[in-house]
Amino acid sequence: MSADFDVRHTAHLARLELSEAEAAKFQSQLSQILSYVEQLKEVDVSGVDPTAQTAHTVNVFRQDAEREWFTSEQALANAPRQANHLFIVPKVIE
Amino acid sequence: MDLHTLSISALQTRLRSGETTPSAALEALESRIASVDPKVGGYLSRNLLRARQEAAAADVSLPLGGIPIAIKDVINVQGDPCTAASKILQGYTASYNATVIQKLRAAGAIPFGRLNMDEFAMGSSTENSALQRTSNPWDLTRIPGGSSGGSAAVVAADEAFASLGSDTGGSIRQPAALCGCVGLKPTYGRVSRFGLMAFASSLDQIGPFTKTVEDSARLLNVLAGKDPMDSTSLEAPTEDYTRLLGRDLKGIKLGMPKEYFIEGIDPQVDATVRAAIRHFEALGAEIVEVSLPHTQYAVAVYYIIATAEASANLARYDGVRYGHRAEDLRNIQDLYIRSRSEGFGEEVKRRIILGTYVLSSGYYDAYYLRAQKVRTLIRQDFEAAFKKVDALICPTSPEVAFKIGDRSGDPLKMYLADIFTIATNLAGNCGISLPCGFAQMEGSRLPVGLQLLGDSLQEAKLLQIAHAYESSTPWHKERPVL
Repeated sequence: MSADFDVRHTAHLARLELSEAEAAKFQSQLSQILSYVEQLKEVDVSGVDPTAQTAHTVNVFRQDAEREWFTSEQALANAPRQANHLFIVPKVIE
Repeated sequence: MDLHTLSISALQTRLRSGETTPSAALEALESRIASVDPKVGGYLSRNLLRARQEAAAADVSLPLGGIPIAIKDVINVQGDPCTAASKILQGYTASYNATVIQKLRAAGAIPFGRLNMDEFAMGSSTENSALQRTSNPWDLTRIPGGSSGGSAAVVAADEAFASLGSDTGGSIRQPAALCGCVGLKPTYGRVSRFGLMAFASSLDQIGPFTKTVEDSARLLNVLAGKDPMDSTSLEAPTEDYTRLLGRDLKGIKLGMPKEYFIEGIDPQVDATVRAAIRHFEALGAEIVEVSLPHTQYAVAVYYIIATAEASANLARYDGVRYGHRAEDLRNIQDLYIRSRSEGFGEEVKRRIILGTYVLSSGYYDAYYLRAQKVRTLIRQDFEAAFKKVDALICPTSPEVAFKIGDRSGDPLKMYLADIFTIATNLAGNCGISLPCGFAQMEGSRLPVGLQLLGDSLQEAKLLQIAHAYESSTPWHKERPVL
């Protein structure tokens, strides 16, 4: 399964770009980790339900009510670029 | 008198009697930090001016009135930097307080200082911090453990009365063990995660580092509880976690999981923990062997689930709203890719890629879904064990603190350092690490941690058991020479 692990393709899915050196290193390290996790195949999981969380919560609802939260100044305080109460990004539509 | 050496309870006695003041305690702490932190490297920054104002106005009648508490750099304190020790968040200032910070303040405590950690809490040695090196106070050439290495080191070095950390796979218990202090991971959901930067949301939990078990219970009293801002926080009522402290261990049954006493454990760690277990017998506890048959799969399950969750959680660092943004961008895609690639460190990238892979089309069932099913089996192992015993007893870490640089380059070996702590997070239970002796290693005297694991919401009993051991042993009083 892990034989077809392609580090560059997967990195791109996560919007990461790797240098040649990083790609070679991660390819080998992650292939090693993926072969380590292969041991899970030997466990009989037939009829076992998956555990996604342990808090035993069901859907949690709240009132759709206004409350005090950030002002736009606060929300923008850490923005790398901003103007007119907006985040500035490179042009999205050509 | 050396105020900085005191536990919270001892300091509080002096504050309430008027023998000293919160301001004097803060200055004693600051002077200790100034003298030893250049060697230890636990703190990333401190807002002394604000802490002084808070100390001057402190109400010592409150549960933690006037007591400074140091904070891992992954928990938001409004107005302070919060970087998760990552370059991608350098310069970031928290816009709001985490629920635990609101609770500390309501109890009169003073959040003081930002503590170093592995970047985004990913690591077991604090070497993955993009900002700073932290050393083990017992031997400055060794790691403090991780990911909450700063939180453990500053408490062990008397540079903090107590601190907060977070534990996703052992990140509180393992550094506490390696530095020789008390580290508590509460039951998943017992403490609100609101304002904790998310790593793996189904595993993360905030908890205290302290000098004593009693202090741990007192901090949990303040931190625990349902929070409407964290829908995974538990509805179960909180209790006074100090209420069982001082009770003896008659009738208490402790289980030794046979899978936690295996070849590969450092022989001195093994001998020290076994001596601690004999001590528990002498205190009246009954020791029985138990089995957690799926233990060997815990690391594999963890590195699938935790990285999967991390790959989703860390998608938010995109260079748009906060954090690092690359220069000279061609388009929006370029902004995402280059900002993330420049901002994240090596281990974070490695885990995001692994997590992305196990969630990707065609591999989800084989990796992620299978890991979730094995997680169920691991949880059931604990459920079966806790039908027979009150708590489990085992080493926290299979080894003592290793040398800085020893493991870098071998991520899998680094991951295996967490074999005794990881399963607790997968099961969602609580656990505590406390000092139980020392190992001699190449001329250094290094702390060994004893781990007690409790069933879900059994913190009071866990603290009772830990306290009985601590009050009849000298280990927690030992301090490194700095």
